[in-house]
Amino acid sequence: MPDKIAITLDVNGKSYDVNVEPRRSLADVLREDCGLTGTHLGCEHGVCGACTVLVDGRPVRACLMFGVQAEGKAIRTVEGLADGDVLHPLQKAFWENHGLQCGFCTPGFLMLAVGALEENPAMSEAELRDVLSSNLCRCTGYQNIVKAVRLAADEMRARRA
Amino acid sequence: MTWIGRSLPRLEDPALLKGRGNYVADHAKGALHVTFVRSALAAGDIVGIERPAEGLVFTGADLDGVGPIRPVLHRPDYRAVGQPVLPVERVVFPGQAVAVAVAASAAEAEDLAEQVFIDIDPIEPILDFDAALAADARAVHPEAPENVLVEGRLETPGFAETVASAHAVVELELRSRRQSAMPLEPRGGVASFDEATGRVTLVASVQMPHMLRTGITDCLGIPESDLRVVAPDVGGGFGQKMSLFPEYVVLVWLARRLRGKVAWIEDRRENFLASAHSRDQAFTVRGAFAADGELLALEADLRSNVGAFSCYPVTCGVEPLMAFGELPGPYRFSQYKVRSRGVTTNTCMMAPYRGVARPMLTFTMERLMDKAAAQLGIDAVDIRRRNLITAFPHRSPTGVVYDEGSYLQAMEAAVAHVDIPAFRARQAEARRHGRCLGLGVSVFSERTGYGTPVFAQRMMGIVPGYESVDLVMDPSGNVEVRIGASPHGQGLKTSLAQLVSDEVGVTPDKVRVVSGDTDATPYGWGTFASRSIVISGGATKLAAVAAATKLRKIAAKLMEASEEDIALEDGYARVAGTNKAMPIPELARAAYHQSQRLGMPAGIRESGFYDPAGTFSNACHICEVEVDVETGGVRIVRFVVVEDAGVVINPMIVDGQIAGGVAQGIGNALYEEMIYDDDGNLLTVSLADYLPPTALEVPDLEILHMETISPESVTKAKGVGEGGTIGAPAAVLNAVADALSPFGVEINVMPATPERIRAAIRNAKVPADA
Ligand code: FES
Ligand code: FES
Repeated sequence: MPDKIAITLDVNGKSYDVNVEPRRSLADVLREDCGLTGTHLGCEHGVCGACTVLVDGRPVRACLMFGVQAEGKAIRTVEGLADGDVLHPLQKAFWENHGLQCGFCTPGFLMLAVGALEENPAMSEAELRDVLSSNLCRCTGYQNIVKAVRLAADEMRARRA
Repeated sequence: MTWIGRSLPRLEDPALLKGRGNYVADHAKGALHVTFVRSALAAGDIVGIERPAEGLVFTGADLDGVGPIRPVLHRPDYRAVGQPVLPVERVVFPGQAVAVAVAASAAEAEDLAEQVFIDIDPIEPILDFDAALAADARAVHPEAPENVLVEGRLETPGFAETVASAHAVVELELRSRRQSAMPLEPRGGVASFDEATGRVTLVASVQMPHMLRTGITDCLGIPESDLRVVAPDVGGGFGQKMSLFPEYVVLVWLARRLRGKVAWIEDRRENFLASAHSRDQAFTVRGAFAADGELLALEADLRSNVGAFSCYPVTCGVEPLMAFGELPGPYRFSQYKVRSRGVTTNTCMMAPYRGVARPMLTFTMERLMDKAAAQLGIDAVDIRRRNLITAFPHRSPTGVVYDEGSYLQAMEAAVAHVDIPAFRARQAEARRHGRCLGLGVSVFSERTGYGTPVFAQRMMGIVPGYESVDLVMDPSGNVEVRIGASPHGQGLKTSLAQLVSDEVGVTPDKVRVVSGDTDATPYGWGTFASRSIVISGGATKLAAVAAATKLRKIAAKLMEASEEDIALEDGYARVAGTNKAMPIPELARAAYHQSQRLGMPAGIRESGFYDPAGTFSNACHICEVEVDVETGGVRIVRFVVVEDAGVVINPMIVDGQIAGGVAQGIGNALYEEMIYDDDGNLLTVSLADYLPPTALEVPDLEILHMETISPESVTKAKGVGEGGTIGAPAAVLNAVADALSPFGVEINVMPATPERIRAAIRNAKVPADA
């Protein structure tokens, strides 16, 4: 078994001291070493996007990055979105518009959308669909996900204004 | 105001949105990890298995006394084939688990598994129907010398004469390639042994927890009370997680053997290789028509490649026998000759996938209608008008009885909504510019909510169907509903809470639905076959009505009123015509704590049991596509659904079921295909090879509703879980065929991939510029 390396990860503004094998993916480190199981694994080869988290503000496939590569970067996961029971506008929009069924893809879609909207809250419908086509959902048929993200974008823009 | 009919945001969602869902992999902490060592070959004799000198590795030889998985159909034509939990003699499909490695982490278990060498003497695999049914074909299993595991035949008297005197006979040969239900969360299980009780708890991503408990304990030869099965949050199932897989038996065996906790979370490759496939079917049909387009008789030869084993509990009869029985769909004709076979091959087992047989049989009937219309010079909608069933109950030639539906009305509503003449004008205009637009119609029935009366006809050794529900109102007036169904994304808990709220008068947030735990719920059949809202909903309603009756009795006693005058609503029991009212929590408290005053048994605890014969939902889908003749790519421009599922409990949830189903149907129609090479290697083992649609391929649907009430459902709701998947492929593929009609090509294979469409155009009888 390869030697473990001690690293410190900054996740949702909190620091986690963990001892991990260099071959361990960021997703596995988050799930198993930090206990943050909201990040899901649907393929472990970079296609489904269920594992999407934000690393320094950008959406990243946590299954394609090693945990040790994330040291010193600001990581955000689904657990950091809500403020206690107060949902993030995206979470609220997913809830009100039935943007989830089994919920397995949901954390990945939320983080993908948060990253995309924080970068450009004024995306056109076509751009939005294009971005959202990065991730897979097997349950919803996407239309409520697209709708929820569009409505949340409106609200996030209004809040900024 | 009632709760039924409202788009209440789901009670399930806040936890899932906050990343606080509770899926099987989230239970693996502290467990030893398990990796299965799988056969790299499709067929062969196991000569030996070399294990590494160190490490925990087990093979079939260690599983002494563990019996095979052996589902039963009591039909003379059924060949029961046992599936060894870990085979010792031979492998019969690529990816079959042969040994198991156990280590402290998943990575170490994988390292260990790599050191296990399985020596297999290869045998040439049999991969498709033609090879399996060839006269001199080797038997995949000695129990089934002809490679047919199940066969249904029927010929109505008068068939031959009807065909002979028909005006025209229209023939079709259609193929659905192999597909995967592909839930986003793969399979997995965590089994832990409890030293105190000697019991094992298996947390697993499954749709039928009670059935799994029966199946596993049967294999292990232990009483069911020694095993608790828990289905936590499940990341999609779509039928794939209905069946018992050997991996789960091994996990429970390992937990007992190691007196510890073991976890297996499969990866996507394993899921594609060795969970379950679906839809691998070839249908040849001949429809005999009168000159006016009336369908008089249908002849069908239906073949399903059921793979290496029969799935437990529903058996490999599930596809071929449903195709046999339900091919007539929503069409009225009385003469039917059919032969339907389930053929075994050296491929992954086929098991239910949302829609089961009906996506293919709807594709078949709807292609037949379009082809006959073209051949007879009748409009495609008119030919359906002539043939759709309109008198109910309708009895099909196979004896299936359809309750009241709106087949014709739903189609008329869809046709009116779409405005076909306007489309034809656009289509003609587009063609002048070399663009190919097409429109496809699909009308179909979706049999839902059927209980033991229907399953019993299939002569299954295990007859599923009923549901039980235990409902308790606690002293604070909150309700707990324990159900045997096992939802996994359908929002059933919310829908049931709405049903309960309307009866007992508390808000849905005060109703907690408990599911998916064999220790906490009554024996039930889980969630599949569009059954839950009808059957579990029916049982819930009956229990809620009984609880409401008791509440009214208590209220009548305490407020000195007559029981009939009590209304339960908004958290109160009110006496009609007065301003007397009592909060429901006070009644609940009295039921428990003042029972001596009430003169009735203490508490509020009721059960419901429901086992209906089932009901048919129906729908019409109309799809508009544009086909790029250069690339063979298909873009869906518009998709209209008119759905009749009776009373809609939560419109948002119902529309979500339709939208998700249609998306899967689009994938089935255009993109998704499991491919084996000639040696039996599965080529589609990643999501880069197997292509479910993304947000770019699925359009926003236009969904309209109709509401035909069925006496066969106490909630007046009909199931809606599968319709989207059943109807969409036919609508999409009819649209593609319509778009390509200038080329005179036929669309006979799903998925109609760009490659297939290009090949059809290249080989077209009519050149592109004709
Ligand atoms: S799990 Fe990372 S992309 Fe699928
Ligand atoms: S909600 Fe199930 S995969 Fe998206």
